[in-house]
Amino acid sequence: MSLQRTLTRSLVMVRTWPVVIDMGVGLCALALFMAIVHLAAYWMGTAVPVSHVTENARSLPVYAFYSVMRIGIAYVLSLVFAIAYGYIAARNARAEAWMIAVLDILQSIPVLSFLPPVLLAMIALVPHRQLGIELGVILLIFTGQVWNLAFSFYSSMKAIPREMLEASRIYRYSGWQRFWQLEMPYAAIGLVWNSIISVANGWFALMACEMFQLKNRNFELPGLGSYIQNATYDGDMRALVSGIATIVLIVVATDQLIWRPLIAWSEKFKFEQVEAADHVSSPILALLQRSRLLGTLTGRLWTRIEEPVYRRLSRSRETRVVQPIDTDGDRRRPSILYWFAGITFALVITWGAVQCALMLRQVSWAELRMLFTGAAATFLRVNASLLLSALWTVPVGVAIGFSPKLARVVQPVAQVLASVPATAFFPILLIGLLKIGGGLGIGSIALMLLGTQWYILFNVIAGAMSIPSDLKEAASLYKFTSWQRWTTLILPGIFPYLITGMVTASGGAWNASVFAEYANVQNRTIQTNGLGAQIDTATADGNFPILLLATILVALMVVTMNRLVWRRLYRLSETRYKLEG
Amino acid sequence: MQSAGLQNGMQAAASEESDRPTTEAIIRAEKIEKFYAQPSQNRIQVISPTDLSIVPGEIVALLGPSGSGKSTMLRMLSGLSRPSGGQVYWHEKPIAEAEINVSIVFQSFALFPWLTVLQNVEAPLQARGIDPEERRARSMRMLDTVGLDGFESAYPKELSGGMKQRVGFARALVVEPEVLFMDEPFSALDVLTAENLRSELLELWAKKTMPTRCVFIVTHNIEEAVLLADRIIVLGRNPGHIRTDFRVQIPQPRDRKAETFTQLVDFIYKVLTRPDVAPAEAPTGPRVRDQRQMKYQMLPHARPGGVAGLLELLIDKNGRDDIYRLADDLAFEIDDLLPIVDAAQLLGFLKVEEGDASITELGAEYANSEILRQKEIFRDAAIENVLLLRQIRRALDAKSDHTVSEEFFLDMLDEQFSGEESQRQIETAVTWGRYGEIFDFDAARRRFVLPDVLQEEAAGGGE
Repeated sequence: MSLQRTLTRSLVMVRTWPVVIDMGVGLCALALFMAIVHLAAYWMGTAVPVSHVTENARSLPVYAFYSVMRIGIAYVLSLVFAIAYGYIAARNARAEAWMIAVLDILQSIPVLSFLPPVLLAMIALVPHRQLGIELGVILLIFTGQVWNLAFSFYSSMKAIPREMLEASRIYRYSGWQRFWQLEMPYAAIGLVWNSIISVANGWFALMACEMFQLKNRNFELPGLGSYIQNATYDGDMRALVSGIATIVLIVVATDQLIWRPLIAWSEKFKFEQVEAADHVSSPILALLQRSRLLGTLTGRLWTRIEEPVYRRLSRSRETRVVQPIDTDGDRRRPSILYWFAGITFALVITWGAVQCALMLRQVSWAELRMLFTGAAATFLRVNASLLLSALWTVPVGVAIGFSPKLARVVQPVAQVLASVPATAFFPILLIGLLKIGGGLGIGSIALMLLGTQWYILFNVIAGAMSIPSDLKEAASLYKFTSWQRWTTLILPGIFPYLITGMVTASGGAWNASVFAEYANVQNRTIQTNGLGAQIDTATADGNFPILLLATILVALMVVTMNRLVWRRLYRLSETRYKLEG
Repeated sequence: MQSAGLQNGMQAAASEESDRPTTEAIIRAEKIEKFYAQPSQNRIQVISPTDLSIVPGEIVALLGPSGSGKSTMLRMLSGLSRPSGGQVYWHEKPIAEAEINVSIVFQSFALFPWLTVLQNVEAPLQARGIDPEERRARSMRMLDTVGLDGFESAYPKELSGGMKQRVGFARALVVEPEVLFMDEPFSALDVLTAENLRSELLELWAKKTMPTRCVFIVTHNIEEAVLLADRIIVLGRNPGHIRTDFRVQIPQPRDRKAETFTQLVDFIYKVLTRPDVAPAEAPTGPRVRDQRQMKYQMLPHARPGGVAGLLELLIDKNGRDDIYRLADDLAFEIDDLLPIVDAAQLLGFLKVEEGDASITELGAEYANSEILRQKEIFRDAAIENVLLLRQIRRALDAKSDHTVSEEFFLDMLDEQFSGEESQRQIETAVTWGRYGEIFDFDAARRRFVLPDVLQEEAAGGGE
C-alpha cells in the first residue's frame, strides 16, 4: 500500500517537473516580449542626447536592462557580420588576402577611434529619434566585439577536413545544407569561446561609450556605463560600488545561464573520432533539454521551415550536378559585375585616402611631435604592463597549474574575473591613486594591468597543466635544481601558451590605453601624455585630423609588432616548443 | 609454366574491349591530365594525358604506389576535381553538365560527428528533396542491409572503425548510385575488420542487392585488388600514367592460396617494383617517361634504419628473396615496403630483378659493419648516388658560414615536385643527412648546417 503511494508520488513529481519548466520557459518568453515593447517605445521617442542618470540605486535595474540590451543587440549584429565576413573570405579566393588584411588592421584600432565617424553617421541617418544615438553606441560596442569572431569563423572554415568537403560535394549538398550540416557545426565551438571574449570586450567598450563628449557636445545615455562614470566624477563611493556589483552580478549570471550551457551543448560538435572522457556539465542545459514545450516547439518549427527549403533547393542546378572542389580561380572569367564592384571599391578607397591626406595636412609640426612622443610613451607603458603581468602570472600560474585541486577551484573564478570589464574597476583604482597622490603616468600602467593580466594567467595555467607528468617525474628523478627545472622544463613547456596569452593581452592593453590615460574623477579631468589620451581629447574637441593620425599610429604600431615580434615568437613556439611529438 | 598460369588469371583489357564494342561506358575519360602551373612557366605534371572507361558490370581496382595520383584520378572521374586538360564524359555527356549519380566511400569515413547514424545516412536524400517519411524508411532499410539496425540513434564517435565504415557504406548506397567509388575504404581498419567488410561488399555485389552497376576502388593493397576486382589498372608515377590494364579471370570466390592468385599478385609486384620497364604483358604500353631525365630522383620516404633492417633480413635469407614473400614475412603493405626497397636500390645496396631482391657486395658490407662504419658507408653511397644530398653538402662546404636556408632547395625542388612533395623530399633528405652525418638541420631557423658547426655552437652556448 505504502509502496503504491510512494510510486504514484514519484510519478507526480516526474510529471510535474517538465510542466514547471515549461511554465518557466513561457514566462521568459513573455518577459522578452515586454522588453521589446518597452525598448521600441524608448527608441522611437525623440532624441535625448543627455538623459540625467541619477545615482539612485533604485534605478540600477533599468540601467542594467538598457546596457544589457545594447550589448546583446551589438553581439547579435557581430555574430551575423562575423559569419558573413568569414564565409566570404574563406570561400572567395580573390577577396581572401584583402579581407584578412583589412580585418587585421581593423582589429588593431581602438574602439574609441570609431566613435566620431560611427556616431555622426548614425545621427545623420536617423536625426530626430533616440534610435540614431542608440544605434551609434551599439555599433561602437559592435566594433569591440566583432573582429575576433570573424577571425574564428574564418579559420574554422579553412580548417574543415578536405574529405568532409568532398563528401558534401559528391552527395550534392546545397549551400544551405552545407552551411547548417557542415560549416556551422564545425565552427560552433570556436564561435562559443570567442563569443565569451567578445561579450567581455563589449562590456569593456560600454563603460566608455554610454557617456562621452564629442565636438564639445555631451552625450549621456541611461545605462550602467554612465552610472559608473557619474559616480566616479562625483566621487560617490557607494554608488560606484553598487554599480560595479551589478556588473559583476550580470557577468556571473551570464556565465552560469548562457555560457556554461552553451559550452556543454557545443561539445557535441567536437570533431573527434573517439568520445572524450571528461565533459563539461551544465544543470541549466539539462533543464532546458527536459522542457517538452521547448523541444517540440522548436523541432516542429524548424522542420516546417526546413523541409520546403530543401525541396525547392533540390531542383536547383547546384544539387543536381556535382560541383568540382577545385574551381580554379583563373578558369572562370570575372563577370562585368565583378569588375564594376572592384572599380567602384577602388574609387571609394582612393577618394577616402585623398580626403584623409588632405585632413592630415592640417596637422602642425608641433602636434606631430607631440603625437610621436605620446606614441612612444604609450608603447612603453603597454609593454611595461605586459612584462609586469608576465612576471607575476608565470609563477602563480605554474603553481596553480601544477596542483590540479587548486586549478579546479581557481580556473572558473579567474574566467569570470576576466569577463568582468577592467574599465569598471578603473574608477576605484583611480580614486585610490588620487588619495595616494600618484599621477596617471605610472597609474595608467596599473590600469592596463587590470585588463591584460587575466589572459596571460589563464594561458599559463593551461600551459602548466599540459606539461606531461612523465617529464615532471623525470625532472625530479634526476634531481634537477629549481633553476634547471625552470629553464629546461617549465619555461619551454609553457612557452607556446605564454605567447598566445601575451598576443591577446597586448591587443587588450592597446585598447585599454585609451581609457587608462584620461579620466574624469572627482570633478576634474586627469590625464597623462600618451596616444590614448590624445585620442580621447581629440574626440572630445572634435579635432579629427589628430584623431585620424593617432589612430593610424596605433594601428601601425600594433600591426608591425604583430608581424615582427609576436608572429615570429609564435612560429618559434610552434616549431621548437611544441609538446605533441 | 608461369606465363600459362598468368594467362589463366588475367587477360588484357584492350583486346577484351574490342571484342565487346556494344557495351556503352558509364564514365569515359578522354586524355585527362592534371598539372599545377608554376610561376616559372614550368608546370608540375601530376597525371599525364590518360584515356580510361568504366563500363557496367565490373569492379575496377586502381593500384599504384604513393604519388601516382590514384586519388586524383578518382576525383577527376567522379566529377569532384576538374581535369587540367581533357574531358570526362558521363554517358557521353560532359560530366560538368550531367546529372551524375555516384557515391564515394572515404578512407577517413568523412561522417559528420554531430549527426546521428541515421541523420548521416539521411543527409544525401535530404539534399535530393525527398520527403522525411520516405527518407527515414529508405535509410533504415539501408542500415539494415549493412548490419547496423539498432544503431540509428548512435553518434559516429561511439562506433568502432568498422562500424563507422558501415555507416559510410550505408550513406553511399542509400542514393542508389550508378557508380560506387571507394578511396582506400579498408586501409584505416584492422586486418580482420577489413577482411569481413570486403567479403560483405562482394556478397552485396554478387546478390545484386544494390542497384550499383560499377564499383571503382582505389587501393594500395595488391591482394585486396586481386581479391575483389574484375579488372585491375596499375598506375606508375612521375607523372601518373597507366602502366597496365587487364581483366582478372579468376572466378569468385577467390582463394588466396591458389596458384593463379599468387602468380597474379607476384606479377603485379613485379610491375610495381620495376618502374623503368614497361610490363611485357601490357599490350597497349603507354609511353613511360624515363625517370633519369628528371633532375632530382624522387627520394623514397624510408628511414636509414629500415634499410639496414631489410638488408639484415636478406642476409638471413642468403642474400636473395622474392619481394612479395618478404612483404608477407614482415606483414608489410606494399606502400610500407616499397620505399625501403627503393631506398636500398638507390644507394646501391640492393638489386631488383624479376621481383627478386638481391643484396650487393656493398650492401652486405653495410649490413655487417658496426654502427660508425655503417654511417661512413651510408654517407659515401648517399653523396655519390643522391643528387639532392650531394648538392646540399657542396653548398654547405662552399659557403663561408656553412649554413644554407631550406628555402633555397625547396625552390629548386618545386620546379619538379608539388609543394607538399618538395617538403617531404626535404624531410627525408634531413633524416638521411643526419644519419650519415652529411649535414645537420636547424629546425628553428629552417637552415641546413654542417655537423661540426652545430656542435661548436652547442659547445659555445651550452653549460
